Amino acid sequence: MKTIEDLKRLREKVEAQTKLRYETGTRIIVGMGTCGIAAGARDVMSAILAEIARRKLEDVTVSQTGCIGMCEKEVLVDVVRQGEPRITYGKVTPLNVATIIAEHVVNGRIVEEMIVGKMD
Amino acid sequence: MSLHILDLVQNSLEAKASKVSLNVVEDLAGDLLVITVRDNGRGMSEGEAKSVVDPFVTSRHTRRVGLGLPLIDMYTKLCDGRLEIQSQQGNGTTVKAVFRYSHFDRPPLGDMVGTIRTIVIANPSLDFNYCHAVGTQSFSLSTREIVEALGDVPLSFPDVIVWLGEYLKNNLARLYGGVTDEND
Repeated sequence: MKTIEDLKRLREKVEAQTKLRYETGTRIIVGMGTCGIAAGARDVMSAILAEIARRKLEDVTVSQTGCIGMCEKEVLVDVVRQGEPRITYGKVTPLNVATIIAEHVVNGRIVEEMIVGKMD
Repeated sequence: MSLHILDLVQNSLEAKASKVSLNVVEDLAGDLLVITVRDNGRGMSEGEAKSVVDPFVTSRHTRRVGLGLPLIDMYTKLCDGRLEIQSQQGNGTTVKAVFRYSHFDRPPLGDMVGTIRTIVIANPSLDFNYCHAVGTQSFSLSTREIVEALGDVPLSFPDVIVWLGEYLKNNLARLYGGVTDEND
């Protein structure tokens, strides 16, 4: 059975091992308006979390946002690497998540064929 | 249904809430399912609160329709229930959805682990409280408690993601007497 105590132990372990550098990492943002949720945003989010856990990506943070008006292109996922433009991917499914994380988040290569927008 | 819950919490976030509490009560004796989301966001006037179940009323600027609350309203009515919205301008909103638990058309709760994990991890600065009761058993979780235990370790840290999924799964299984959801 997992308990809150596990987290305290985890914290001690992490603090002992690493210099915390979370502020400099990559941000992943998932569109979670009614439109995004209906299109499967929660499953995409679960896939992203699973991939972060599987690859042990310690400097990636995830957040959610509302409807940005491109409902027909949901699920929308934004990837913002430190110092690089914000890239928006459209029609993302849980199956695309591994590609986006491997190519863009880890290796910095934008997945051109899935892009719907770019913001500086 | 867990997707509607995620939708309600997203509404609270849009209303700039810093504190959201979610209560799920599966009252088996009373044959009721009651889902309540309470936030401290900007709230609505009495008129707005009455009109939000109309799909053509929405606060958003990107489109002219909003389907979140109208769909939940429809489901409650299909299941001999009701949707109650209490709100005060500047003073937060409480949305309460009531269903007859055993109603044939009542949707299953679905993947509550996925919904709660998303809310907690994607909103580290939100003070989120979740309380779930099934009959006489109950489980509660607060983001603040987790964040305090973690200190500087972020909620999206790989081991934390795994821990949270397991923690939720264990505790919900306990509520359902050892199985992972209400239908097993």
